[in-house]
Amino acid sequence: MTFRLLPGAVLTAIVVLAALISYVWTPGDVASVDIAAKLQSPSAAHWLGTDQLGRDILSMIMVGARTSIAVALVAVGIGMGVGVPLGLAAAALRDTWLDDVIMRGNDLVFAFPSLVIAILITAIAGPGALNAIIAIGIFNIPVFARLTRGAALSLWSRDFILAARMAGKGAPRISAEHILPNIANLLIVQGTIQFSLGILAEAGLSYVGLGAQPPVPSWGRMLAEAQTLVSIAPHVALMPGLAIVLTVLGLNLLGDGLRDVLDPRLRAVRT
Amino acid sequence: MLTYALRRLVSLALSLAVASLVIFLVVEVAPGDPAAYMLGTGAQPDTIEALRSELGLDQPRLERYLSWAGGMLTGDFGTSYTYRAPVAQMVADRLWVSLPLALYALALSTLLAFPAGLYAAARRGRAGDVAVMGATQLGIAIPNFWFAMLLVLLFAINLGWFGAGGFPGWEQPLAAIKALTLPAVALALPQAAILARVLRSALIDILGEDFIRTARAKGLTRFEALWRHGLRNALIPVLTIVGLQFSFLLAGAIIIEQVFFLPGLGRLIFQAISQRDLIVVESVVMLLVFAVILVTFLTDLAYAWVDPRLRRRA
Repeated sequence: MTFRLLPGAVLTAIVVLAALISYVWTPGDVASVDIAAKLQSPSAAHWLGTDQLGRDILSMIMVGARTSIAVALVAVGIGMGVGVPLGLAAAALRDTWLDDVIMRGNDLVFAFPSLVIAILITAIAGPGALNAIIAIGIFNIPVFARLTRGAALSLWSRDFILAARMAGKGAPRISAEHILPNIANLLIVQGTIQFSLGILAEAGLSYVGLGAQPPVPSWGRMLAEAQTLVSIAPHVALMPGLAIVLTVLGLNLLGDGLRDVLDPRLRAVRT
Repeated sequence: MLTYALRRLVSLALSLAVASLVIFLVVEVAPGDPAAYMLGTGAQPDTIEALRSELGLDQPRLERYLSWAGGMLTGDFGTSYTYRAPVAQMVADRLWVSLPLALYALALSTLLAFPAGLYAAARRGRAGDVAVMGATQLGIAIPNFWFAMLLVLLFAINLGWFGAGGFPGWEQPLAAIKALTLPAVALALPQAAILARVLRSALIDILGEDFIRTARAKGLTRFEALWRHGLRNALIPVLTIVGLQFSFLLAGAIIIEQVFFLPGLGRLIFQAISQRDLIVVESVVMLLVFAVILVTFLTDLAYAWVDPRLRRRA
């Protein structure tokens, strides 16, 4: 069971550490342009080489990790913060029209892929990292709401919930005190998955110019800038892409590993 | 079945109405007057006012919404602020690139995923299963636009088998399909990885069923039993994912089009955003959302068709 958890945790820890270290130290200065040193291949001086402006790619990736992590993390926070209470409410209000309203609203939000939300927000407010956060965050809401409702519904018929109702507890208190702790594991696992999807979505949005704007480094924009250089300096496009793949892979393995540890019943049916 | 379909149809119409209202209101609050933007900074106020009136921007919001939404129902998406051309025509031209691309990718993804999922399920727990699952784990983690760049580097720049971008038009069907091949592969790979995992998981659940045991007892190999009896029963979760994937593919096509410089909906919408051509933004977004809602509707109908129990439950 740890064969996924361990590599997943290690990969994730490396990316998070790199992002944190970049606040105090990076191998090179991401803001300084050195045209004489442009497009250098990986070497002892620049481990991952330099980009078209002579900036150290490793440093750019370290600082870019901050953007990716921040956007994806806050987006998961939005998804959980809004989606979980909605899902709990829908389950508590099952068999009433309010459950229907919540779930139909949910379906409606689900019809807007995050890219479409980002396009709409950009049309109103112009591009920026905040758009990416809001777009991915909104997209996360129905995911958590559905998951929470489904899991909570199956708990509402259990004996310990009946006991709590007989003890006079109301639906909000039961949801907070008994349902939520029992579905927390499920939410943690889904949170990891949405986090990795958020990293991918942020990269995609930055790539098409709807995410973080210069001078804030982001992996997606590094790839957009590297696109025309791919034939003369492939490493400029390879390195940020590898950073994304390893981060997402790490988070997915971590999610699977956590699922194994936190909910052994799911091991047999995992996808 | 008919009652079920009608009920879902009403729900589809309601969703579309609410979605169109949301999109219209969101774009309405956008800062910046399209008329002022089109005429530039030196424009006189009365000229701007005249253009606003010509574009219908001086009408009350409700009237504009009704005319936009009503127009969409009849295929009239309005007139582009920038190009002064019918939006419906602009969208239709681009759709001939984006839609075939999404469908091509969907076909590729299904073609890749089915054998992979079946093979992994039949070889469950053995080296072949571990290898396929490892590959799908990687496939899910690769951003499709980066994979697209790698494909360009290998197949267009190094090997010269494909062009690095551009689209010759459907007048040359073979060249057009060739131009869409690398983009479709790039789009299909991550989706195929997801689909293969879902299929494997659904098939493994079925492996324990009595009818599979009976089939095995009759002398079928595990693979034969899955192929003849298991696959049809695993279709429900797979259908869900295929339905969801189509909308992801259509949205993903917008990004992939940027890598291959394809003149699809993606190019249209990004140009429209930068030129504040809001009516084009509104219409393309509505079209994408319509596609998602329609595919969800069709998936629901397909469920009910595959599994009659769902008709009663819904």
